[in-house]
Amino acid sequence: MHLALAIALSAALFTVGVYGVLVRRNAILVLMSIELMLGAVNLNLVAFDLLHHDRLRSGQVLALFVIAIAAAELGLGLAIVLLVYRNHGTIAIDAVRDHADRDPATVDRAS
Amino acid sequence: MTGLDVAVLGFGLLMLAAAVAVVTTKQLVHAALWLVVSFAALAACYLLLTAEIVAWVQVLIYVGAIVVLLLFGIMLTRSPTGPSSDVDTRNRWPARTVALAVGALLASTAIGPFWSTYLPLSASSAGSAKVLGTALFRFWVLPFELLSLLLLAALVAAVVLTRAKTGRSDRPVLARSSSGRGPAIGAGRR
Repeated sequence: MHLALAIALSAALFTVGVYGVLVRRNAILVLMSIELMLGAVNLNLVAFDLLHHDRLRSGQVLALFVIAIAAAELGLGLAIVLLVYRNHGTIAIDAVRDHADRDPATVDRAS
Repeated sequence: MTGLDVAVLGFGLLMLAAAVAVVTTKQLVHAALWLVVSFAALAACYLLLTAEIVAWVQVLIYVGAIVVLLLFGIMLTRSPTGPSSDVDTRNRWPARTVALAVGALLASTAIGPFWSTYLPLSASSAGSAKVLGTALFRFWVLPFELLSLLLLAALVAAVVLTRAKTGRSDRPVLARSSSGRGPAIGAGRR
């Protein structure tokens, strides 16, 4: 099969993931979009492994590693999201602004 | 264009359609379920590319574990299960612009050099359990074991994060605010 087909599919999937990360408010939906981007990377890795066909099977082994690391990342990410939910009562990522760069004048006025 | 191309294109379009549904649906649970469809179609693409082990690991870990974890996260954060109108931020058009720019950059740089490259897939056992297992446990043993350590560390970290917050919420409010470990829950919302 054509390699360009796999590359085009993976680029399109990565595009959808980037859009999801940028547009979603809910932190869990952002995590889902990150998983979509990792899936696009894996598709690329598998396709190029079949092209190079080396003895170490680098591409497919690296795809397996990416899947395992994605599982670890998602476990930690969900734990952090739950912690944010306990402390703030929301997981909307534009509502959690404790560390936002505020204008000092408005902060003084508010406090 | 061979039959294999058509099959990969079909599953790829299914994968893309489900991914678009993940990032546009108004219901969180539907997003998780569309994620299942998308990853299953991606696993079918791996199978067609003769990467059997990656395909089944994808099904086991993504469809089996990660989506269940995400559904638990949706439940534990008491997110609305019905359709909600505020799942997206207001900057939808900038996000579209940036995403399309990234996609155009990727497509223009990656597709060009491989436009006429053809993958020889016939009678290839490149991704079978025997070949990949030999490579994994002969050449990649050390990274593999390090990965198990990483998973253990992530597990312990998740447990520590969860225990810290349950231990704190058992105490009365006054003790919590004077414990010095960050602001109390009421004071945190300024």
